[in-house]
Amino acid sequence: MTENTTTEIVPTVSVTIDGVALQVPKGTLAIRAAEMIGVEIPRFCDHPLLEPVAACRACLIEVEGMPKPQPACAQVVGEGMTIRTQQSSEVAKDAQEGVMEFLLINHPLDCPVCDKGGECPLQNQAMSAGRGESRFEGEKRTFDKPINVSAQILLDRERCVSCARCTRFADQIAGDPMIELLERGAQQQVGTASDEPFDSYFSGNTVQICPVGALTSAAYRFRSRPFDLVSVPTTCEHCASGCSLRTDYRRGVVTRRLAWDSPEVNEEWNCDKGRFAFAYLAEGRITTPLVREDGELRPASWPEAIDVAARGLAAAGSRTGVLTGGRLTQEDAYGYAKFARAVLGTDSIDFRARATSPEETQFLRAAVAGAPIGVTYTALEQAPFVLLVGFEPEDESPIVFLRLRKARTRVVSVGAVATRGLDKMGGELLAALPGQEAAALRDLPADIRAALEQPGAVILAGERIAASAGAPSAVSTLAASTGAALAWVPRRAGERGALDAGALAGLLPGGRPLIDAQARAQVAAIWGIDTAALPGLPGLSGDDLLTSASRVGLSALLVAGVDPVDLPDPALALRAVDTAAFVVALDHHHSAVTERADVVLPVALVTEKSGTFLDWEGRPRPFGQVFKDALTMSDATVLGMIASAIGTSAGAWDVNGIRRELTALGPWQGARAVVPGVQPQAAAGAGFRLASWRELLDAGVLQEGEPFLAATARPSAAIVSAAAAARLGSPATVTVTGPAGSVTLPLEVGAVLDDVVFVPMHSSECSIYRDLGARIGTAVDVTAGGAA
Amino acid sequence: MAELPQAVRGFWVTFATMFKKVVTEQYPEDSHKYPTQPRFHGRHQLNRWADGLEKCVGCELCAWACPADAILVEGASNTDEERFSPGERYGRVYQINYARCIFCGLCIEACPTRALTMTNAFELAEDNRASLIYEKQDLLAPLLAGMQLPPHDMVPGTTEQDYYANRVKGPAAVEGEVQS
Ligand code: SF4
Ligand code: SF4
Ligand code: FES
Repeated sequence: MTENTTTEIVPTVSVTIDGVALQVPKGTLAIRAAEMIGVEIPRFCDHPLLEPVAACRACLIEVEGMPKPQPACAQVVGEGMTIRTQQSSEVAKDAQEGVMEFLLINHPLDCPVCDKGGECPLQNQAMSAGRGESRFEGEKRTFDKPINVSAQILLDRERCVSCARCTRFADQIAGDPMIELLERGAQQQVGTASDEPFDSYFSGNTVQICPVGALTSAAYRFRSRPFDLVSVPTTCEHCASGCSLRTDYRRGVVTRRLAWDSPEVNEEWNCDKGRFAFAYLAEGRITTPLVREDGELRPASWPEAIDVAARGLAAAGSRTGVLTGGRLTQEDAYGYAKFARAVLGTDSIDFRARATSPEETQFLRAAVAGAPIGVTYTALEQAPFVLLVGFEPEDESPIVFLRLRKARTRVVSVGAVATRGLDKMGGELLAALPGQEAAALRDLPADIRAALEQPGAVILAGERIAASAGAPSAVSTLAASTGAALAWVPRRAGERGALDAGALAGLLPGGRPLIDAQARAQVAAIWGIDTAALPGLPGLSGDDLLTSASRVGLSALLVAGVDPVDLPDPALALRAVDTAAFVVALDHHHSAVTERADVVLPVALVTEKSGTFLDWEGRPRPFGQVFKDALTMSDATVLGMIASAIGTSAGAWDVNGIRRELTALGPWQGARAVVPGVQPQAAAGAGFRLASWRELLDAGVLQEGEPFLAATARPSAAIVSAAAAARLGSPATVTVTGPAGSVTLPLEVGAVLDDVVFVPMHSSECSIYRDLGARIGTAVDVTAGGAA
Repeated sequence: MAELPQAVRGFWVTFATMFKKVVTEQYPEDSHKYPTQPRFHGRHQLNRWADGLEKCVGCELCAWACPADAILVEGASNTDEERFSPGERYGRVYQINYARCIFCGLCIEACPTRALTMTNAFELAEDNRASLIYEKQDLLAPLLAGMQLPPHDMVPGTTEQDYYANRVKGPAAVEGEVQS
């Protein structure tokens, strides 16, 4: 449906460049046409994804019939045009050399101390298109250097060539026009408003596209030279947008990450979390297996730890619960899915370390697991209308945000907050109290329903539909009744892959229902086990799993990278871990779970293994190993070792073997679970309703160790409507009180529904689950002033 | 002499040589008598400005120029609390591996601040490879009179430009007009 199958004929024009005649699509820029015949015209301001401005004049060419040289980056080729570049025209060559000399007049001799040195378009093009000798003998302009345009982004103004790439990016792509070219002539410089730093989620892209070293990041400043670095294409582990990245490392340490080219997905951009949040890779690793002895964890050898884990898990067998977090690669999640079913005989497995509901579980089984790629980024770009439910793209999937913004698609968000992101997309808010989205979807205004009926319309449902009773049912029904395409956009990078790998109760890999005889036979055959050895009935998931463990219903837990504060009831999670007789934790960093575990097994980081993330589209985003000589093992490999210690092998546990098994299984073609039919629920309790989600930059553990990034996060605040603020007496701070406690936060007025308060879900100042004991939609008290 | 046996002729050569001028230089006993040429390429030195601050800015151009991959540099930022060189950047790690160095001198040509030069010292033999890797402290020039051991501030009222233009002549001494 969304495939672009049109074979419409693009009109072409004929043009002659340097004596070579060629046909190019109408509207092609001269600089692109020249590239087609292998002629590279020097350029600074030109960027294929930004609007042309012809600001730097480095690309001057001679066009027959035009009195003066023209900028190739803004000159659209016309029918019959004759163009001469520096290759065949002295006029063009002289013009380009003149501009280069002019640009270098005020450029400092900073190359030895400039991060761009060695990969600098200005250095390179000064060599290839410059004269080598400068006639300038005056004083170069100087500025104080560097200045912070944000905590992370530094600006050396005298290095700037005023190309306006950064400002155009901020304005056209990110929608955060917080930097602008100020002043005129030699004093022209990039600047911010004095009270508003460049705290854009996408600010790091400007460092990457700045053609000189004017913009640098505090995190990478002076860290290395391009020739020190080994670069490996990777996939971002932070969210389900699935960005291609380039990871650069030096002597075993990652020094920086860049957005890498992936036209179908992230184009050439990424967000600051993906770019800068990698310090966690280097710090605080668990280095050896740990085994609990006399109440204390002590280092142990691998054989001993595997042995202890195998005995404990084998004893618990089908009374084991498996929690895999949302960050694993698809291969590792598959390892857990297989280990649970084939080795332990349990189906109590869940990949979601967040608010869940049985309704969502059912929705995922019915509508998402194993489904082929449906809605794509391209489809979003072409969609006439997109409805967002329980989903804030700028925070929860930034590349979806960029794509919706790029397309100027009509967007309506069902929710309680008209966010900054929604505003930047030109979207409208369809009011729904937090947790009450289902009712709003049921009573949808006729124009929105009509918009959804247009071909190509899309409904994007975020992870927060799980926190809203009836919402998963309502989006399914709405999609069915309007014909709109439905896509589920989880937040974490590993969620979609884990779902398709079968790391959810009731699901075998590829979206196969556990209770379907044919599905069981297919999976058992691949795993080389008896069908009867698979668990017969769907196990526990979500809160049920934890509740059961906390009541000794489940006697063992196998946990991978789950931080209890991510769960809606952190106390319950800790109780479950404390109560379970035997806990095995596979993790690379210590957490509240590893501290309580009986066996802790250290596993590989994303840089130490290869794997695949499925982005929200369902598109595989495979990546290779960055550190080839790492001695650590992936989760699946470790599980394989435990499996053989228990005495069941059940097929492959290495990444290639698992990929072969996944390919052999393929997606499920048979009957699927039916979508849930839960009715909207009326709100209970009085007071302010809590609206909340995970902001892009918050207190997440993978963002640890990067203070410059953290300083660009949005300040935590309780946001209420103007009317509500007036009712409270417009205090500077308010105290929000939930069932389990209260937090005091600055009060901010925003486009929030009356009787709704927005509090960030897990920022450095507050965590709603831990501090308030409240969930999305819970009625909370908001009072003026500090804590009583 | 043609009729003399070969062996006797050989001994004659030996005997006659005993009365010739000796060209062998005794090392190490007499090495002080035979200094190297003044521009001999010996062990490197990391120089200092007149007030003791380091000249190295950690730019790695020497490492880039080195055909033997003998140099490793890691730059870092000076801070107001801890300043090792004028300006923003200094060389935090500086190593030369003399098991690799071929003493070609390309590194000192690449150095933009003349931080790196070569001395005439050539006595670099070691009995193990690890000691052939010279660290920054092994390469830094000694503190001469008036120099202070970094970290310390730049001479008050000066900028890095004054250092680069060689206007700083000592811990408090500045020649000519400073840029500020
Ligand atoms: S800072 Fe860089 S990207 Fe921005 S205008 Fe200057 S040269 Fe261009
Ligand atoms: S948008 Fe998501 S996938 Fe892309 S860089 Fe950011 S966190 Fe990573
Ligand atoms: S690249 Fe054409 S004017 Fe800058």
